[in-house]
Amino acid sequence: MYWHGDTSRRDFLKSCLTGAAILRASGRLPLLEATEAGTAAGTSRVVIARDAMLRGRGAGLDSARVQNMLDHSMQALLDGDHPIEPWKRLVHPPEKVGLKVNVLGGRGLSSNLQLVEAICERLQEAGIRASDIVIWDRDSDELGHAGFHISTTGNRVQCFGTDRVGYEEELVSHGNVASRLSRILTRSCDLFINVPVLKDHDGAGITAALKNMYGAIHNPNKYHLNACNPYIADVNMLPMIRTKMCLTICDATTAAYEGGPGYKPQYEWRYNALIVSQDPVALDYIGWQIIEHKRAEKGLPTLEANRRAPRYIATAADAQHRLGTDDPKRIALLEV
Amino acid sequence: MSGGRKAAAGVNSVLGGARSALSSPLDRRSFLRCALVSGAALSIGDLARSQTAMPSWIGPPKQDESRFTVEAKFYQKLQTKKIKCKLCPRECTVGDRERGYCGVRENHGGTYYTLVHSRVCTAHIDPIEKKPLFHYLPGTLAFSLATAGCNVNCKFCQNWDISQVRPEQVPADYAPPKLIADLAKQHGCPTIAYTYSEPVIFSEYLMDTADAGHETGIRSVVVSNGYMQEEALKTAYGKMDAVKIDLKAFSESYYKDVVVGELKPVLEALVTLRTMGKWTEIVYLVVPTLNDSDSEFSNLARWIKTNLGLDVPLHFSQFHPEYLLKNLPITPVPTLERAKAIADAEGLHYVYIGNVPGHPAENTYCPKCRRMLVERVGLTAKQILIRKGGCPFCGQPIPGIWHA
Repeated sequence: MYWHGDTSRRDFLKSCLTGAAILRASGRLPLLEATEAGTAAGTSRVVIARDAMLRGRGAGLDSARVQNMLDHSMQALLDGDHPIEPWKRLVHPPEKVGLKVNVLGGRGLSSNLQLVEAICERLQEAGIRASDIVIWDRDSDELGHAGFHISTTGNRVQCFGTDRVGYEEELVSHGNVASRLSRILTRSCDLFINVPVLKDHDGAGITAALKNMYGAIHNPNKYHLNACNPYIADVNMLPMIRTKMCLTICDATTAAYEGGPGYKPQYEWRYNALIVSQDPVALDYIGWQIIEHKRAEKGLPTLEANRRAPRYIATAADAQHRLGTDDPKRIALLEV
Repeated sequence: MSGGRKAAAGVNSVLGGARSALSSPLDRRSFLRCALVSGAALSIGDLARSQTAMPSWIGPPKQDESRFTVEAKFYQKLQTKKIKCKLCPRECTVGDRERGYCGVRENHGGTYYTLVHSRVCTAHIDPIEKKPLFHYLPGTLAFSLATAGCNVNCKFCQNWDISQVRPEQVPADYAPPKLIADLAKQHGCPTIAYTYSEPVIFSEYLMDTADAGHETGIRSVVVSNGYMQEEALKTAYGKMDAVKIDLKAFSESYYKDVVVGELKPVLEALVTLRTMGKWTEIVYLVVPTLNDSDSEFSNLARWIKTNLGLDVPLHFSQFHPEYLLKNLPITPVPTLERAKAIADAEGLHYVYIGNVPGHPAENTYCPKCRRMLVERVGLTAKQILIRKGGCPFCGQPIPGIWHA
């Protein structure tokens, strides 16, 4: 489904919601509950944009289609009759905007270059200077292996790892977590967009929006016990993470339903989607359902049966954290 | 507490830039000359840390990781390129490109590697009393070193800035085993001490360095939490000439909540060390309100008496607020004295109070005639009266390693 410039956003959304109901009725998304009304107060909107022709005839992503998918999802999420409008609501110059990508999986299973480029283009059109955009993850070499070009100077989008600037000296803590934060997060970003990859995770169950924040702290290896619970939730409560994260655009163009977080080609699948939300808990909940659906299709047991259900999601939603909602009744799921 | 007070980062901290604890200050030129004679190319400049986060101030280039990366021992290969680490009781199952809990061992395509072989982030020349080892070569010096990493996360860690980090986050020098052995010899240290962070996690380096030291007559000691699997313990600490174990508490709940570890494997390690005939001393850091009850002291002392014997030195050490326990006070001296009294009453022969310079319980007394045999003030052994391994007054054998 594509945006037609002469169709109002309201009509477009109406068709999306109707489409969602049809999808549910057809059983294509049996684990998901789509809303039939507009986003009510107290609900979190999660948008899934998919494009079956995302790769054209080849394996690589079509940049124009990626841009379209991004635009559709953002307009559905944040309202806007024009692709730039939602971005102008989100960011305001001269803010510095970070893009926290996920490149652990290398070229096979990382935040896609074309998606990141599309985001950077829209940010600049919304008035953010190129040099005020920083693409980052933990390690510069890993960024390079995933296809990103390291850039630290000049009037262009910056891209480097925390290894170049280090972590803050002071510990920040919440609950069971005490960590030093990446100086990119603390000093180079006024806000950041979380750009994770949708993957199975052999410890946490899945990794998406919330677990991507392990790349912002100096000691993530200390927080994999007990299926990363309550550590993932506690990490996301660290003040600068909680306050600066303004949006998650989860790259589900290539996802992994088993064997994560490393790249195992036998378990990847081309979901050809973006999952976008301002509620990282709701996004992770939806991502979990998507992975379970794929696992069932492949004849694999549920994550619960594998003793690695992502319990951190419920923790992130609980009264002590309130990072978002994992209640399907309070998630407004839109498919565009 | 591993090996004493906070360790300053950098191999050049051996040089007297450090504190009063040093007994042999060296200038940088002498140290480098020693290093070069040993054939090692130290890159002291690489120790400089980036001091700013501004993108225009990009930090120093990365070190060549390959020279620190050596295939690990004590692990088991699993299917789908996973491994199971067999070094400590956590038995981390680690996927490809992931690391274990300690942060210094990494799986590459189904082969597990240590990332810290010869990767020294801290080195000092310390009095042996600082470890503390009181019944081992008193009055001598130990060439003391550490890499980054640890397999627990004690809330009171005074070296957390090297123990709770990944190795690439702290400056380090390439210090292969032979270099360490040569440096120890050149600086008059009869012993190399593996300490500060947690030597369990750099076992491969520890073993190789101990071997290099022994070839030139230099001994090795380890200051450790003892949280280790039996086979690894026997293999790695079997090369040690003495062992000091930090027994953090005598309760599983403390180990779970404050240490993020387990008590039982540590007790088993102590028993294993005894059966190996390894000289062992125990430090119990007394943390106010958390592990300072009379019942805990009693249970501890009784267990030691039953399982290790009366001659194992037990040090009750004073806690200082640090890391994640800055809200607690320093251990009151009367609490330490109470702990000692309880352990003495159980019949333990050598119970010390640590971190309280000048306290008479820093001295060694004959358990039979009660005469003072080793007088200590702070980290200095001022008087050593032990003769032929015994009390010169009544002849009582005093266990320990008293002479090189």
